Amino acid sequence: MSAGGRLPRWAEYGLLPLVNLAAALLLSGIVVRLIGESPWAALKLMVAGAFGSQDSIGYTLFYATDFVFTGLAVAVAFHAGLFNIGGEGQAYIGGLGVGLVGLAMGAWSAWVVIPAMIAAGCVFGAAWAFVPAWLQARRGSHIVITTIMFNFIASALMTYLLVNVLIRPGQQSPESREFGPGAVMPAMTDVLGRMGIKFASSPFNLASALALAACLLVWLFLWRTRWGYALRVVGQNPQAAVYAGISPERTTIVAMLLSGALAGCLGVNELAGSQHRILLDFPGGAGIVGIAVALMGRNHPLGILASSLLFGALYQGGSQLSFDMPHVNRDMVILIQGLVILFCGAMENLFRRPLAALLGAASR
Amino acid sequence: MKRLLPLLALMAALAPSVRAADFSPAIIYDFGGKFDRSFNQSASEGVQRFKKETGIAAREFEIQNASQREQIMRQFARRGASIIVAVGFTQASAVETVAKEYPDVKFTLVDAVVDLPNVESIVFREQESSFLCGMAAALASKTGKVGFVGGMDIPLIRKFALGYRAGVAYVNPKDEVFENMTGTTPAAWTNPSEGAELAKSQFGRGADVVFHAAGATGVGVMQAAADAGLLSIGCDSNQDYLHPGSVLTSALKRVDVAVYTAFSEARKGTWRPGVKVLGLAEEGVGVSIDEFNRKLVSPDMEARLNQARADIISGKITVPEYKSP
Repeated sequence: MSAGGRLPRWAEYGLLPLVNLAAALLLSGIVVRLIGESPWAALKLMVAGAFGSQDSIGYTLFYATDFVFTGLAVAVAFHAGLFNIGGEGQAYIGGLGVGLVGLAMGAWSAWVVIPAMIAAGCVFGAAWAFVPAWLQARRGSHIVITTIMFNFIASALMTYLLVNVLIRPGQQSPESREFGPGAVMPAMTDVLGRMGIKFASSPFNLASALALAACLLVWLFLWRTRWGYALRVVGQNPQAAVYAGISPERTTIVAMLLSGALAGCLGVNELAGSQHRILLDFPGGAGIVGIAVALMGRNHPLGILASSLLFGALYQGGSQLSFDMPHVNRDMVILIQGLVILFCGAMENLFRRPLAALLGAASR
Repeated sequence: MKRLLPLLALMAALAPSVRAADFSPAIIYDFGGKFDRSFNQSASEGVQRFKKETGIAAREFEIQNASQREQIMRQFARRGASIIVAVGFTQASAVETVAKEYPDVKFTLVDAVVDLPNVESIVFREQESSFLCGMAAALASKTGKVGFVGGMDIPLIRKFALGYRAGVAYVNPKDEVFENMTGTTPAAWTNPSEGAELAKSQFGRGADVVFHAAGATGVGVMQAAADAGLLSIGCDSNQDYLHPGSVLTSALKRVDVAVYTAFSEARKGTWRPGVKVLGLAEEGVGVSIDEFNRKLVSPDMEARLNQARADIISGKITVPEYKSP
């Protein structure tokens, strides 16, 4: 993967990320110290906030679910050599699909509505990714630029729709009316309750199972199918792909459609699972965080699962931290999250050489 | 007994503070954060004033994503907050859900209405102060052309724009109003350079007074007006001091008073649920005249504004209100 310092697998995927995480937390601790709070207490609050009770675990997993979808979206495109920055917009428009089905078919049976919502989320998300994909494949317009632009277009479109068309009449807030009862993704507290397990109420819902399934499907697709193979070949060497009879243009479009569909599923978790209405800016930056999640997870579904969990914990633990420590405001929490991204994503090789030297010395 | 005396004295000394600690107010700010120089900051000033007068600090939280609203509100309620003030219309649905779950906790919602027995809803008639600003703009304009720069294109801001237009038309129906919204994303609240560009383009078309309802973006609008030697009108907080001699007036929205009043009423036990509409009559909105803009507001202008203010309160002038479709 990089020059110098080969690590055994367990160290590459287990130890190195942990060391990076520890370094990020250490630096955050110093900052917390500087603003006059105890770093140790802050860490305890954060961990307890993320995993300390059933409802905090629920929230952590709820946020993690968002990141699994957007992380997978980035990873699939990345394997085809495409840097999809448009997860945010694709998730936003995907949510529009989810929401329109929820509004239109809310009175029907959940067995019909929920699959329809998932399908609509995928289709809308994919459709939003299609235009940049087509532009990249046919016109060579750079996907990074076009997908970023499409985030803004998505935002403008959704604001227009929510302010002028979908808004529930007679209210200030640009939100649609609530979905019907059939369009509600069952909450985990009810699902587990039926199985006789008591679990506190939180937005944690069945969409998390969908996220797990998506992980499995993405893995199967990328490493166990011909199309996945073609996609990875295009990502690594488009010329070789052409030589092998694979069309990079087609593959680009397929990869982006899949990517958009995965991002679109975020709407299932946020809208069908938690908010039960369409509202402004519900992806809340999860599409962008997905990039960090995918980078940290080495673009592998298992890694993405783990890094999603970490980011879910940072979100939920961070919110608890600023709740309990008046001096730690939300900007501090963003700083801590940023440090984690910096150490685990951008500077992941910082400790690789010393670690390799250390392990080498120990084994000799 | 003698040994107990200091203890008793200590207890007596502590007693008031113990009682003070029994009252635990909480406030939840919206996306903008409490230092947005505008709406949320005004709420935060109310909190500060309450703290100064009573020594009781409110627990505060700034929302970062939509799912946090209910979560944080519930936590405040569960941990024994006496009153929870939710700032901003986006919190309405969270208040509706959580207030039902905690019927003993008092909720005060600013800028939206939720009809529950333990919720006080405070809304402002922004159109009334915007109307007066429109009048002031039309009276001050020499070109007969005035501008409006909104933040994000949402019903609330259209409400400002409509009131402003009506005010301009009330003075001079032939006057032209240029209206621009900065954007359609929440980023539109925090983009001073874009605000300045929009103001400059309106000046280029002949406007010589511009009113902003754009949060931190408005800072750029006012800067552009000051640079061009033209006039601007501030919004939400009193912004006359920002560029003395260039800021004609400010449309005031007293969120600070609303928050302060909610806290102190809850403390005294006089807090009541229901809808409170704060307009010119209640001094919840208004226009500012102070030492910074004294020279810009002519006696004639002030007289006409005062007359219109009285007419709006008495119902002689009806200010149109934007209704969402």
